[in-house]
Amino acid sequence: MPLYKYVLRRVLFAVPLVLGITVVAFLIANAIPADPINANLPQSALNNERLVAAFREKWGLDRPLHIQYLTYLGNLLRGDMGVSIRTNNPVLADLRQFLPATVELATASIFVGLLLGVGFGIVSAVWRNSAIDYVVRVFALIGVSFPVFLLALIGLTVLHAELGWVAGPGRLGFLLARPPHVTGLFTVDALLAGQWATFRNAVSHLVLPSLVLGMYVSGIIARITRSSLLEVLYTDYIRTARAKGQLEVFVVLRHGLSNALIPVVTLLGVLYGNLLAGAVLTEAIFAWPGIGRYAYRAATSQDFPAIMGVSMLIAVIYVIANFIVDILYFFLDPRIRYS
Amino acid sequence: MIVGAAVVIAWIALSLLAPVIAPFHPLEQHIGDRLQAPNETYLLGTDELGRDILSRVLYGGRITIPAGLAVIVINGIFGWLIGAIAGFVGGVWDEVMMRVTELFMAFPTIILAMAITAALGPDIRNAVIALVIVRWTDYARLTRGLIIEAKTAEYVDAARALGAKNPYLLFRTLLPNSVAPVVVFGSLDIGNAILLFAGLSFLGLGPEPSSPEWGRMISIGIHFFDQWWMWLFPGLAIATLVMAFNFIGDGLRDMLDPRTRG
Repeated sequence: MPLYKYVLRRVLFAVPLVLGITVVAFLIANAIPADPINANLPQSALNNERLVAAFREKWGLDRPLHIQYLTYLGNLLRGDMGVSIRTNNPVLADLRQFLPATVELATASIFVGLLLGVGFGIVSAVWRNSAIDYVVRVFALIGVSFPVFLLALIGLTVLHAELGWVAGPGRLGFLLARPPHVTGLFTVDALLAGQWATFRNAVSHLVLPSLVLGMYVSGIIARITRSSLLEVLYTDYIRTARAKGQLEVFVVLRHGLSNALIPVVTLLGVLYGNLLAGAVLTEAIFAWPGIGRYAYRAATSQDFPAIMGVSMLIAVIYVIANFIVDILYFFLDPRIRYS
Repeated sequence: MIVGAAVVIAWIALSLLAPVIAPFHPLEQHIGDRLQAPNETYLLGTDELGRDILSRVLYGGRITIPAGLAVIVINGIFGWLIGAIAGFVGGVWDEVMMRVTELFMAFPTIILAMAITAALGPDIRNAVIALVIVRWTDYARLTRGLIIEAKTAEYVDAARALGAKNPYLLFRTLLPNSVAPVVVFGSLDIGNAILLFAGLSFLGLGPEPSSPEWGRMISIGIHFFDQWWMWLFPGLAIATLVMAFNFIGDGLRDMLDPRTRG
């Protein structure tokens, strides 16, 4: 199957999924017991009949449910996700403001997780049942069992407060100005602007939260890498490679790992989506101004347009991440190309 | 696995016996002794209202363990039903149900759970309901696969030849043959459910603030960062319990899947 056909097919799969996501978001927003007008308009606007009527008109609230949905979809397509009750900004503008911080954190975490996880997984599989395997497995177990907020608090106490190796909560020190906005990722923007001090400071702030989140990811990845590599290492073609007299390092890394990593890649798409959402707890602790903290504040103040906005954004990113994984598959697994 | 089982049993015992062994009532305040570091009277210290942390941690298991189990059991039953019907009926119904399942999977678990809990009003029951709504999908997919595989087995044909009707086939023939993997998956999943529950209550979307619930205690403890005993001990309680459940789950999986034994 040529690449374009494969991509086209995946896109066709993704479209109904995204549409369905909007339906679910709409239904949940409608299923809540709260009156949408009470829930969406601030107290001051409720007394103003014209505002209430305008709101009802805009979202088609006096019409049947399926028309309401179409109105909602139409507004959505124009980029109108409603107005956040808490911030009084359009949800889209809020998301645009808070997303980069989360993307920066999630991306850094997935790198930490991949690096540690794959490394540990290899070591653990190659020296199976040794002391080092045992240590790695306990580490992986801690990664998936410890609540992130506990890891975060321990990290803050030890690495920040006691040792002072890394910066604490927030994205930048108080005295530093934000780097000029390009991508919204402070580390990248600082580099682009050549502001070294800002870059170092941003990295120092990023280390602890991404380590905490990365620890969870690495736990999962280490387990998958280990079991999948173990399985691969007992196949015939690995025996052939060994029989040809190839170096063990070569056998494991080139022949073994390239096949063992396929399940890890599958997982990455799912994990990235989980990370964006899972950042809620981490962001709450590290005062990280991302969509997780935004969602948390929205949930506790019953700000439904904002919550639905975040959910939808993450759901769509999840779909896109898995789409990218599918494309990666095409290159990783030749069987797809020839089927 | 034995270690895991021992720790889980120990936690269950401690929680059940909490009224007997806890030195204080979990809500009893000793304002004069607030924010005490661990000492002889208060083995794990006291919180900002002078409540005994040890007693509160012991009582905490009485909330978290049943909540985690409830989530898993309801998830399992609901997911099994959805998956079994989809797999058994097949055709268009299967398509529709599986697409709906995928939709739910695309939504971010904790954010959706947060939204639902916030909408229903934050308390323990609603946190459990929210987690059930967002987490049944894996069970449904697992069951569907099992049922599709089992549907073509000879014993099903035999039962059908004997005149068994669909509901009988589903509940008496296929249920017993597809329940074991779902139970194993559930045992692997309890840890996750507990972590999510603790996460929700950490965010203030679980039990009320004074409640001796571990996630809640940590979220209050975070404001008293230097009084590390306020957040460390409830945190370790969650961690040890989840780790123990994961040990059991891993053990079960290894037993059933020889490949991971290596």
